[in-house]
Amino acid sequence: MSDLFHNAAPNATRVAPPLPKARQYPAQKPANVYLFGTCVLDLFFPEAGMDAIRLLEREGLRVHFPQGQSCCGQPAYTSGYTEEAREVARAQLALFEQDWPLVVPSGSCAGMIREHYGELFKDEPATLKRAQALAERTFELAEFLLYVCKVEFKDQGAPTRVALHTSCSARREMNTHLHGRALLAQLGNVERVEHDHESECCGFGGTFSVRMPDISGAMVADKTRALQDSGAAQVVSADCGCLLNINGALEKQNAKLRGQHLASFLWQRSGGGR
Amino acid sequence: MSQRIPAVEISSRELKHNAHEALQDRQLRGNMRKAMDSLIAKRLASMPDDYEREHLREMGNHVRARALSQLPDLLERLEANLTRNGVKVHWAETVDEANAIVLQIAEAHQAKQVIKGKSMVSEEMEMNHFLEARGIEALESDMGEYIIQLDHEKPTHIIMPAIHKNARQVAALFHDKLGEPYTEDVDQLIQTGRRILRQKFFEADIGVSGVNFAVAETGTLLLVENEGNGRMSTTVPPVHIAVTGIEKVVENLRDVVPLLSLLTRSALGQGITTYVNMISGPRQSDELDGPQEVHLVLLDNGRSQAFADGELRQTLNCIRCGACMNHCPVYTRIGGQAYGTVYPGPIGKIISPHLVGLENTPDHPSASSLCGACGEVCPVKIPIPALLRRLREENVKQPDAPHQVMRGQGSKYSASERLLWKGWRLLNTSPLAYRAFGLLATRLRGLTPSNLGPWTQNHSAPKPAPRSLHELAREHLEGKR
Repeated sequence: MSDLFHNAAPNATRVAPPLPKARQYPAQKPANVYLFGTCVLDLFFPEAGMDAIRLLEREGLRVHFPQGQSCCGQPAYTSGYTEEAREVARAQLALFEQDWPLVVPSGSCAGMIREHYGELFKDEPATLKRAQALAERTFELAEFLLYVCKVEFKDQGAPTRVALHTSCSARREMNTHLHGRALLAQLGNVERVEHDHESECCGFGGTFSVRMPDISGAMVADKTRALQDSGAAQVVSADCGCLLNINGALEKQNAKLRGQHLASFLWQRSGGGR
Repeated sequence: MSQRIPAVEISSRELKHNAHEALQDRQLRGNMRKAMDSLIAKRLASMPDDYEREHLREMGNHVRARALSQLPDLLERLEANLTRNGVKVHWAETVDEANAIVLQIAEAHQAKQVIKGKSMVSEEMEMNHFLEARGIEALESDMGEYIIQLDHEKPTHIIMPAIHKNARQVAALFHDKLGEPYTEDVDQLIQTGRRILRQKFFEADIGVSGVNFAVAETGTLLLVENEGNGRMSTTVPPVHIAVTGIEKVVENLRDVVPLLSLLTRSALGQGITTYVNMISGPRQSDELDGPQEVHLVLLDNGRSQAFADGELRQTLNCIRCGACMNHCPVYTRIGGQAYGTVYPGPIGKIISPHLVGLENTPDHPSASSLCGACGEVCPVKIPIPALLRRLREENVKQPDAPHQVMRGQGSKYSASERLLWKGWRLLNTSPLAYRAFGLLATRLRGLTPSNLGPWTQNHSAPKPAPRSLHELAREHLEGKR
């Protein structure tokens, strides 16, 4: 029997990390923030990024958008190309050196920086320290608006019904699945409607959607059907990966319904013009 | 009638193809969705308090981690204490060795009939097939297992092997195979099964079972079940053979308490199962019932490979509750048989590569959106999404790279894909290249092809915006300064 374990690493057993405590938010609004635009948003939803900037500026913050930024590294990381992901992450790490909050208008990219950069740099103590410091001041847009800016929106739009899709990363890595709801609840003329299996994944999963198109397609078909059956006039989500998936599928199905980024929805409803 | 995927055609190498087939089966999709929704609700109803549930899961994780941290020692203590109790302990590194041990015991007793309680390890061994090829009848006595054995299928779920079938399908099966009058009355169907099996319990020469927890300190084999067939299989026939994986050992009975609670609640939302069997040896001279011989076969079958790596070792925390599959959006849609492996669903995707090699499960790590639903409910907190990601990493390494952690490393290695990611890295680490790419993509947006391979199977082709956020933000922010 004992020879079964001849190559086992000594003292290798891992226990789960301690139960997370509710996140503590800075009591004061900072004067400066970074915006991490994310690669999907950059090319496909740039207006959502601009609306995020406008929302933050309206709260009196100075927004910094380092032009050297690109991608958080998640596509390579989740595909198993760890080395490539690490180098892309390293490039981003160098761009946000000031001690300002990093606001990310996407749960999965925020989750990558907050939850996985540490793993990427676990063997480089100096970089790890910087990655941990960045993770500590990385916020998903919705939580930042709600708990750091303490926004209070006044709805100026006509009555409407919306369905909210929350990304799995926002739900399970960032624990921000209730923040979008709270923000929508501030809009008096907006009724948020539930949809069937609301907490279920939309089927995107980055490269999963092209590696396993049949399974991913079945998931997004169910998601888009649920959203259409919900009676919502539009879909709102704080994650561009999901939006790319859901909108692409809706368009393919010639459906009328579309998804919009939460930042754009909030900006437009609260009196922001274009 | 659901389209049945015959066992012979299922190959774990063909997950993508199997999934494609399974997704066409509306009956299967409907049955699975309904069943999984009900299991999800039952679990939550049995653990409604977030604080209590999360602390129990943490305790479960710690108990399993402590057991694994001293696994070689606990196995030796288990063997010593079982032997003291009169149980014969056998070690098997492979399924062939395990089957040979079972056959040897069967031959020593000139056994002709074996009755089996539910055991996933015996599925790993394909014990039924092995014994039947040697003229020994092996009959499943768990109702779900009995149903799929009748239909020559493989289990679709580790707890509820026939969960993909509805009552109508079982009614037709019993009518066709057993010649019973057609009825869709579930109670009557179960009575039919019980009546047939009851006779078999008395005829069987050997009873086979699995093990939920093997307790080192007391030499006790703990087995949970709801039908009583486990107790019958382990007490009525003169010989009992328990088969289990080497990771199932825990230190003492106190460790069982939280794990048992987690297992039954996570699996079926039960506070406790109808039967909890604690087997501590064969019939003693002053006892009136129980088997004359009890054997335990401890099977490795690749588990020591997972054990050797600190991260992958967490795979062995598993207590086989099935909650990960119940909550998995992929499993719910394709069912268990499409995986082509004994263990389906999220746990199947992380354990099967150790049991049968990554070369035989090349697509399994990729068949996940990494949504995290599995990790969120795992009662022993296995970080399943992180392990899937790790297996993807092992899967794209060069096959001949040194420091092989996994059998079948690099099964998805592709020089061209690696090159693609190197290009991606260059693009995303060089601001100049990234800017040029952004300009090209936005300015030439009219040229976006309408066919983008697998993406446009489900989506229209995405069209880049006329100007990137980089451009818009630069203009906007520079205008302010």
